[in-house]
Amino acid sequence: MSNKLKMINDNSCCCPADNCCRTEPITPYDKNEQWVTGEIDTPKGYVPVVSTNLHFKDTLGAWKVRWGLGRMNYKISPGLYAVGKPDHTSPVLVSANFKLTFDALRKELSGLDCWILILDTKGINVWCAAGKGTFGTDELVGRISKTGLSGIVSHRKLVLPQLGAPGVSAYEVTRQTGFSVVYGPVRAKDIKAFLDSGFKATEEMRTVKFTMWDRLVLTPVELVSVARSSLVVFGVLFLLNLFATKPFGLADFIAYSGAVVTGTVITPLLLPLIPGRAFSWKGWLLGLLWTLGFTWFNGWFAPGFLLLAIGYLLVLPSLSAYLAMNFTGSSTYTSFSGVIKEMKIAVPLMALSAAAGIVLLLINSL
Amino acid sequence: MKLRYLKNVSTLRLSIEKCSGCRRCAEVCPHRVFSINEKKAQIEDKDRCMECGACAKNCPENAITVNAGVGCAAAVIIGWLTGSEPSCDCSSAKECC
Repeated sequence: MSNKLKMINDNSCCCPADNCCRTEPITPYDKNEQWVTGEIDTPKGYVPVVSTNLHFKDTLGAWKVRWGLGRMNYKISPGLYAVGKPDHTSPVLVSANFKLTFDALRKELSGLDCWILILDTKGINVWCAAGKGTFGTDELVGRISKTGLSGIVSHRKLVLPQLGAPGVSAYEVTRQTGFSVVYGPVRAKDIKAFLDSGFKATEEMRTVKFTMWDRLVLTPVELVSVARSSLVVFGVLFLLNLFATKPFGLADFIAYSGAVVTGTVITPLLLPLIPGRAFSWKGWLLGLLWTLGFTWFNGWFAPGFLLLAIGYLLVLPSLSAYLAMNFTGSSTYTSFSGVIKEMKIAVPLMALSAAAGIVLLLINSL
Repeated sequence: MKLRYLKNVSTLRLSIEKCSGCRRCAEVCPHRVFSINEKKAQIEDKDRCMECGACAKNCPENAITVNAGVGCAAAVIIGWLTGSEPSCDCSSAKECC
């Protein structure tokens, strides 16, 4: 009797042997997440289906990331996700587990039926993760086997973002897994055209750009980070003011802030318009213009203020140059060798100039 | 209004005799440095190279070498200060680094 009951229970709980038992889903996810709209059954388990619309929470999250608020942990679980109603013939798109990246991809997939294989890049975007190697051959090979992908799709083709190529060796992936790698377009917005044309990317889709808008969205995070370190500068100036004969005031604050904005925002925005190639040079040039302009405006080119004027002309352009130089890390076209060459010349010059200027400013105010 | 970085710095090298003409390098290069001519890759414009290493990583014949690294001053400074390899550990929000 008990045996019989057990059998019945087994039958009712289990489906045919090969896709037996609703156990762990392939990809763990939070059921409260708005971007998960359901689940789809596969021979290997359940896969979350994701929305191709961005909600307010996604937009807010992106905004916070761009402004450097809690951006270090904006990620989703690696694994397999579904868009639409994919089956064993549907294409597999590979991406990173940075939520901003994931959102940028899924919002371009409306009306498509496909799988998204998310690698564990520690919440870093595809290109950077590829540079670090976390969006890499080993992670991809491991993720294919962990998700049981070869039991879910019958074809053997993966679409990787082109910018994943610095980390992934396509021929090595094929050798180890049997999956061939097709590099898709650089930008997610071209994915549909790419899939529709039978995996053909135009030259335009394959080329990285760096438009003014691309540059603009990268500036807040830099600005916020510099503003944070500036609190230290303001703290030091406050202490100096306690026994300075000519205390630092609003004009000094504006001069400094202007140099910061010049280096972190204006230089990146005007990047192609500023003569020269080295970022520090471009930043220095605009920083010099700012300092000259502001010094002139304040009438500091007069006897009695000359120490102050020369001090600022030595400090502030160097500050803008340094901040602009750091934008190389955000840019899409600077090489390691180039940055090293630039830095070997620029860093000592900036340091000397800033040190000399600080001495003059101290002499002037104390 | 093209954005171009320093000239004559890229460490990119191509051994044409090893090249099998598979076109992978031309496919993955984000700055279209390579072209394929008579079933052989050739470097079209080396100064456009940002040393991301995608071509070398994906060349099945090992015909390409490049000293790949991050073109990021902050990473280089941290590397100098800590004596480690410069790496992109700063921020996940940036497009690169």
